[in-house]
Amino acid sequence: MNTHAAILVLVMAAVTILLRFLPFLVFRKRTPAYISYLGEVLPAAIIGLLVIYCLKDTVITRAPFGAPELIAGLAVVGLQVWKRNSLLSILGGTVIYMVLVQAVFP
Amino acid sequence: MEKSPEAERKPVIVRKAFLKSLPVMAGYVVLGIGFGILLRNAGYGVLWSVAMAVLIYAGSMQYVGIDLLAGGAGILTTILTTVMVNARHLFYSISMVDRYKNAGKYKPYMIFALTDETYSLLCDGETPDSEHADLYRFLVSLFNQLYWITGCLLGSLLGAVLPFSSAGIEFSMTALFIASFTEQWLRTKDHIPALTGLLATLLCLVVLGPENFLIPAMLLITLILTLLRGRLGRKAV
Repeated sequence: MNTHAAILVLVMAAVTILLRFLPFLVFRKRTPAYISYLGEVLPAAIIGLLVIYCLKDTVITRAPFGAPELIAGLAVVGLQVWKRNSLLSILGGTVIYMVLVQAVFP
Repeated sequence: MEKSPEAERKPVIVRKAFLKSLPVMAGYVVLGIGFGILLRNAGYGVLWSVAMAVLIYAGSMQYVGIDLLAGGAGILTTILTTVMVNARHLFYSISMVDRYKNAGKYKPYMIFALTDETYSLLCDGETPDSEHADLYRFLVSLFNQLYWITGCLLGSLLGAVLPFSSAGIEFSMTALFIASFTEQWLRTKDHIPALTGLLATLLCLVVLGPENFLIPAMLLITLILTLLRGRLGRKAV
């Protein structure tokens, strides 16, 4: 039982490591222009993807219709545009979200 | 700054890396605690929790891994599940191939530790000091994993006795990505990659639902950006 579980942990670790290393191993000698291009444009796109990914379980069809996520999310954008300080934006948005889900839309 | 001796510059790099990693701290500790509690409830204690945080170090995969362990899954199932849950890391690595190219002794660990959150902190390419860029990236990666291990350890030790009045703190992860997205938007002129990521993912989520949209979204994004290569590529150079 425990041996099998240990093997599963090692398999999960090995596959995860392989996925993370694979592009570096394949493009070790010279980076093809296409991969360099993806390196330029993918980061901005993937951050956009991660934003949606984090919000994927937000329910917008019944109360509170995603209002806490929308309000706190806009607060993060506003703070970031205003102060350009990520730590402040994240703290501010999170505190607003916690107040909203605990006290305003419980 | 250039004139100050090496010994005086390193602590500055350490401090800047720590400040950069701070936004991840709360999120990782909380998510790690959640993982530790669930894993403990499934019958696997502190050693398992820490071993998984050290060796696997992939948040969503570890959560999925609890079910695999508890259900005594087969090895092939475990391999396929891990590939599906973690395939997105291929894309993170592809976009870091150039940036991590000369990282030397720090490189293996930096690749190993390239999680969603570490990626979002480092993908803008900003570093306080170009000469110590690799040390800086290495330290941000390391601090993040230490937060994660701490969370997994705490969750496993405290179990269900934790007084959890912190509902909603998980939004810190979402806020981290929204802040990164906004900052990237403010710093770049061409917003087509960012909009592609946002809208293609939204489309896949609406069409395919929250369980199966992630990999199709990544493929769609790569396809669209590949088709736009002539247009965007010229501007990038």
